[in-house]
Amino acid sequence: MTRAPDIAILDARLVDPASGRDGRGSLLIRDGAIADVVWGAAPSLADGVRRIEGRGLVLAPGLVDLRAFLGEPGAEFRETLGTGSQAAAAGGVTTIVCRPDTDPPIDDPAIIDFIKRRARDKAVVNVLPCAALTKGILGREITEFGLLLEAGAVAFGDGAKAIRNPQLMRRAMIYARDFDALIMNHVEDPDLRGSGVMNEGEFASRKGLPGIPAEAETVMLERDIRLARATGARYHAAMISCSESVDLVRRAKAEGVAITCGVSINNLTLNENDVGEYRTFCKVSPPLRHEDERLAMIAALAEGVIDVVVSDHDPQDVETKRQPFAEAADGALGIETLLPAALRMVHAGQIALPALLAALSARPAGLIGLSCGRLAVGAPADLTLLDPDAPHVVDKRRLKSRAKNSPFDEARLEGLVQMTLVAGRVVYEAQGG
Amino acid sequence: MPDITAAPLSSDLTGRALFPHRHLLSIADLKPWEIRFLLDEAEQWATANRGKARKHDDRLAGMTQINAFFENSTRTLLSFEIAGKRLGADVVNMHAGQSSVKKGETLIDTAMTLNAMAADVLVIRHASSGAVALIADKVDCAVLNAGDGWHQHPTQALLDALTIRRRKGGFEGLIVAICGDVLHSRVARSNMLCLAALGAQVRAVAPPTLMPPEVEMLGATPYTRLDEGLEGADVVMMLRLQNERMDGAFIPSAREYHMLYGLTPERLAIAKPDAIVMHPGPMNRGVEITSNVADHPDRSAITEQVEMGVAVRMAVLDALSQHLPNG
Repeated sequence: MTRAPDIAILDARLVDPASGRDGRGSLLIRDGAIADVVWGAAPSLADGVRRIEGRGLVLAPGLVDLRAFLGEPGAEFRETLGTGSQAAAAGGVTTIVCRPDTDPPIDDPAIIDFIKRRARDKAVVNVLPCAALTKGILGREITEFGLLLEAGAVAFGDGAKAIRNPQLMRRAMIYARDFDALIMNHVEDPDLRGSGVMNEGEFASRKGLPGIPAEAETVMLERDIRLARATGARYHAAMISCSESVDLVRRAKAEGVAITCGVSINNLTLNENDVGEYRTFCKVSPPLRHEDERLAMIAALAEGVIDVVVSDHDPQDVETKRQPFAEAADGALGIETLLPAALRMVHAGQIALPALLAALSARPAGLIGLSCGRLAVGAPADLTLLDPDAPHVVDKRRLKSRAKNSPFDEARLEGLVQMTLVAGRVVYEAQGG
Repeated sequence: MPDITAAPLSSDLTGRALFPHRHLLSIADLKPWEIRFLLDEAEQWATANRGKARKHDDRLAGMTQINAFFENSTRTLLSFEIAGKRLGADVVNMHAGQSSVKKGETLIDTAMTLNAMAADVLVIRHASSGAVALIADKVDCAVLNAGDGWHQHPTQALLDALTIRRRKGGFEGLIVAICGDVLHSRVARSNMLCLAALGAQVRAVAPPTLMPPEVEMLGATPYTRLDEGLEGADVVMMLRLQNERMDGAFIPSAREYHMLYGLTPERLAIAKPDAIVMHPGPMNRGVEITSNVADHPDRSAITEQVEMGVAVRMAVLDALSQHLPNG
């Protein structure tokens, strides 16, 4: 090294999900990128280097969340790029892929330009747009993939709306293939969902609520897999929640289909019983399922069939949630509690920390072609320093999002982010020691 | 290497017997030497049409030609009308909009009606692939396909081939890139067959959503990147992108199409330095082709295509008239 680093994080527990390496070490940052990763004893440093004491805390790449609703443009009362990114930073997330179903939707290069500028001015973490797959998110005409990619889109999808028309999906895949563009679908067939509002099963029957059967997810997923196989497009099922879906994905991958899938933190940490007394903060899409399904999702994640974990951050105003369950909007807050909630699986011995972090940073980064998500020389210095065992009780009023619909309100979690850096700049630091 | 486009030696030297067809429905029905015969005949008409002498020949005098266009067209209709009249035929135009088809008369009934009026040749254009053959099966006169759905437009392929031959001298080894909405194009299909039969190397350049499946079986090598498809081409044939295709069903927008598949001077430079530009018309200027390319004084052969169209149609009408049931 010819020049001294700007910042040194010393004596932390380095966890590099890309290589799987986990051990004591230090990390040196210069000009916003990782300059050196020093395993073992801390290196000696020149004067003038800013020192951050790792104190044995976990130092990992910042999280890359592929699915979060950030409110702008059109729903600033629910969340803004500013507030959403603050919540992200407090949760160790350094890159967010924002949903395209804003108002107006991200279906034109001009909107992408708006998001980029707004993020540059107001967001404390990286914000990348997922562009709409159909114009106006109306499900009828494909958007200008070429122009949108050129403007900065990292993937295509219709947000919370599934791509219903199979011919449109097929044509979109054929068109996308030439650009090597990634298509992400919310696999919930609206016709099979019908008037369903929670998982179909005993709990819904007791509560007198219409159920959403597993077929709403598996039928559309199977359709998309066949289309992806026939067209050769790159396809990502945004969130799966059923064990049958896991089987479909596993088989498709074995056959060489270019498919990946994600799972919402909600389907990994909560089940249908958490709906309890009609708690609308637990009304989400895909719905919280039976405990057996939750365990199946965890196993699939540990096995590697599920590629990424997303927050599915969906801030909802009081108006849309303080309603009878069937009338409430879907959506749960998630970005700030994503990592602490996910650590439950590590504490329960269901998945190792490097493997979990891979699904939260390295693999999502790889899916959209980013070089972050690794502790490697040259990678962006997007990092999070966390105490994986710190116990705390979530208080929704102290969450940084504008909305407060967190299903983890009053939940006991272990794991708290102490500091988050983006391009070597500290964007979040926990209060107190 | 024998010239595959030359007539077998046992043919009649006057050439008349080289065209033993009652109808012209598809390029696929023609042998390479029959194509060449038509091109040679058309060449002579082209020369005659340019001459100062009165452009009128009476060889088709007394013959009734009905142009039955069930699908709209201005230039093709005009071209056939002028061709027939220059040969002395009695030409009548029937537009779909004015016809009893609007009153719900079936296609077959319409054809039988025209047939009952003892037409000698029916020039038919229809929006459905195969419709012209359906009519040909039911009438006594000669039928000339002026375009059926996505299927065939044989006289267009012939006039394109003639234009190319006059500019390039021949077809052997020529690289012809047909670019645009190949999937829905009868012009593309007829050209692919015709040019391959004449010994040229054909490329189909189209967005993946507008490329016919298994297009290789039609004799063209597929390319989904315009730059790759134009590399070293001798002829660049641009197809019109119809408005219905631009609305996001196949292609997201005209501007994205232009960005990826529009023929600009920069893109033309990727083809051979003396490559010619063709377009069956009408053009969407600024979408599939820019004006400075379309109007290029040396490279554009678009107006010659129109000129050759009349000559080719005269040659075809003349050839078909040799096999009318009444002499």
